[in-house]
Amino acid sequence: MKVRIKFNKTGAMKFVGHLDTMRYFQRAIRRAGIDISYTAGFSPHPIMSFALPLGVGVESEGEYFDIQVNSSLSSEQSIKLLNEQMADGVQILSYKKLPDETKKAMSLVEAADYILLLREGYTIPDNFSEILDNFYSQQKIMIIKQTKKSEREIDIKPLIFKMNFSENGIFMRLKAGSVDNIKPDLVLEALYKFIGQSMPKFAFLIKRQELYTIDQDNRLLPLSLTGEEVL
Amino acid sequence: MNKLALPDEILLSIDKSARYIGNEINSVKKDLSSVSIRFAMCFPDVYEIGMSHLGIQILYAMLNEREDIYCERVYSPWVDLDKILRDKNIPLFSLETQSPIKDFDFLGITIQYEMCYTNILQILDLSHIPLLTKNRTINDPFVIGGGPCTYNPEPLADFFDLFYIGEGETVYFELMDCYKEWKSSEKNNDRKAFLKKASQIPGIYVPSLYTVKYKKDGTIDSFVPIDNSIPSTIKKQVVMNVTDTYYPTKPVVPYIQAVQDRVVLEIQRGCIRGCRFCQAGTIYRPTRERDVSILKKYAQELINNTGFEEISLSSLSSSDYSSLNELITYLISDFKTKGVNISLPSLRIDAFSLDVMSKVQDIKKSSLTFAPEAGSQRLRNVINKGLTEDDIIDGASKAFDGGWTRVKLYFMLGLPTETEDDIKGIAWLSEKIAKKYYEIPKDKRKGKCQIVASSSFFVPKPFTAFQWAKMNRRDEFLQKAYMVNDEFKIQLNKKSLKYNYHDADTTILEGVLARGDRKVGQVILNAYKKGCIYDAWSEFFDFGKWTAAFEEEGIDMDFYIFRERSLDEIFPWDFIDIGVTKEFLKEEWQKANNEIITENCRSKCSGCGAAVFKGGVCFESKN
Repeated sequence: MKVRIKFNKTGAMKFVGHLDTMRYFQRAIRRAGIDISYTAGFSPHPIMSFALPLGVGVESEGEYFDIQVNSSLSSEQSIKLLNEQMADGVQILSYKKLPDETKKAMSLVEAADYILLLREGYTIPDNFSEILDNFYSQQKIMIIKQTKKSEREIDIKPLIFKMNFSENGIFMRLKAGSVDNIKPDLVLEALYKFIGQSMPKFAFLIKRQELYTIDQDNRLLPLSLTGEEVL
Repeated sequence: MNKLALPDEILLSIDKSARYIGNEINSVKKDLSSVSIRFAMCFPDVYEIGMSHLGIQILYAMLNEREDIYCERVYSPWVDLDKILRDKNIPLFSLETQSPIKDFDFLGITIQYEMCYTNILQILDLSHIPLLTKNRTINDPFVIGGGPCTYNPEPLADFFDLFYIGEGETVYFELMDCYKEWKSSEKNNDRKAFLKKASQIPGIYVPSLYTVKYKKDGTIDSFVPIDNSIPSTIKKQVVMNVTDTYYPTKPVVPYIQAVQDRVVLEIQRGCIRGCRFCQAGTIYRPTRERDVSILKKYAQELINNTGFEEISLSSLSSSDYSSLNELITYLISDFKTKGVNISLPSLRIDAFSLDVMSKVQDIKKSSLTFAPEAGSQRLRNVINKGLTEDDIIDGASKAFDGGWTRVKLYFMLGLPTETEDDIKGIAWLSEKIAKKYYEIPKDKRKGKCQIVASSSFFVPKPFTAFQWAKMNRRDEFLQKAYMVNDEFKIQLNKKSLKYNYHDADTTILEGVLARGDRKVGQVILNAYKKGCIYDAWSEFFDFGKWTAAFEEEGIDMDFYIFRERSLDEIFPWDFIDIGVTKEFLKEEWQKANNEIITENCRSKCSGCGAAVFKGGVCFESKN
């Protein structure tokens, strides 16, 4: 049986990197007594895959991974058992059964919501909201993307689905997943370049809010709405 | 969650910031207002190394069992954070409450290897604690050292208020009670009053209460307490019943990968073998086994409480544990289906160990390890390494039949009485193993074999039969390594053989620090002030700075390493009573020079003196 688990990651836990987070969950699952399936061979691994890596320093309210289990208690009981094993700053938010034919979470991800909150002691220009609107209303937003081998100029405008400024900070809905994934700091950098300033490092605390897939009608669907409760 | 000591800006600018955030699974949380003693436990190396150490986990869990004590952890900040802490004058902090180390009552430092000595000064300095005990005030924590290097604590005597000599399970609570008593007495503004009180506890050594006088030749003339109330010898502490003592079955689980990223099941303490170069083999005598039924129970609890995917057995020589077969059979049958790997270090290679290894490891990926330590039988007799050439060839041959093709061999160069044949013997023995492999018909073997021999340079250690021995000079070491290397090149199966050797400069320094006296302390301080830290890390070790420090302090390295000590010399560590007597070690030193072996503790008691602890292997047959 396939299960999709949603969790958050806040506070000090934002400094725990992706691979370490995977290891953290493998161990939490063993402590919680979840009946996870293992690969065969001399060093068996629990069958588990994460939807989208989260960078070090980024908080999240919507992270996902899928696991394969041999048997399962109810969603409610499983969430309780897992939450008893969580460190401060991580909570299990949902535990849902997936149809067997579901593809890996990683290949389903289409978009991600982010909120960028101004850290204490940093300022932004007074007319930031206006700047942001002007920036987003450009026809094209060209940036130089560096890869390991080369650097190339790309237009990121089609990858920014939504962008606005609220009291809380900058909201962005960005293309995400295994193709054309863009990170919010890249957009932020382009924004500061647009106003002729260099991006103040560390000015914003980045928080991922949700991950989306698309449904049959090409509409974005939060990953948490896929699957069903185990009763 | 506690507020972090470091702001996000710093944590996002350094490597592996998860080293500094605490909050790990099984880390202990307490209300500071409800505790009366705050203890900071430190391993003076980077987090990933320190978190791999069982001793700290034992003491951490043990101290935290008491409601009135809160033990937290601290490790050496990596060089990137070290610089930031200095530049911004941020005090070093504990992981649990993220609060300054200077605010603690005790700073306990485990001293596992000589090359961490400058890191100890780094810890003190970054904590804003005066480096020298004599400059500390009532506002500073008491700095206490423990671990194997405290069997010669003298090079560190100026930096530590106290040392705990021996195993931590025995008198720590007594020490803590003594502290509470002092704290509530009217003398609580007099550090020395506490130290004097503490010096009455067995195993506690307060270096400032002893005076050392030297002879003209630089050797020790006398080592005496400042007054009659202070004990003149310090008896090492040992837990005689290792089954009914504390065991940390809820060890802290790190977020980042530790060097030993697994749970550790300590099956016994001590070793029956009596290798003459080995300090662990004497200071942890007598050998004491843990009951197998409690080990099975601990194994379950450890995995359930941590979720680790691997369990490792720990001891100096696992094959000598009497219920090993029963334990391993249990672990394999219980864990194999649960995705938990079993790792079995320090096993003697024989039919049994090969059988269990084939069950727990992938033969194609794993290699077999032998530690002959010396290249010839003659020299193996000198060092009392009870492993014969037949054992090795026979073990390797069985392993080849079982499908293994890779063998690792460990040797030492610079052992006492070493000859050219002993040195070249390293290559010859390796060749013999390879030859054995190619005796297998071509259609039955799997391609080539790979024999990797590594050598380290021998460092004489206190409380060993070789504590009188002189060490080789740097150039001698290197010439010997080149000789081995050349000999490898002319072997028939040279393409299947590989040889590596250890760095000679670190060995020289290790040699000085291992058998150093109090005078060496000023050199450590000088080297630290020159910028030496992380000496155990080759990328940071700067021998030039160290040699300059020795010169500036007028201390001659050769005095400590290139000098055979006379049998009546007073050693800096003679005031410590480890049970094993100096007389026994002298006999062993003489037997070594005459190539006479000594039997292991189980086959025949050699009367080393450890029977004074009234237990363990010394009394096995008499039960």
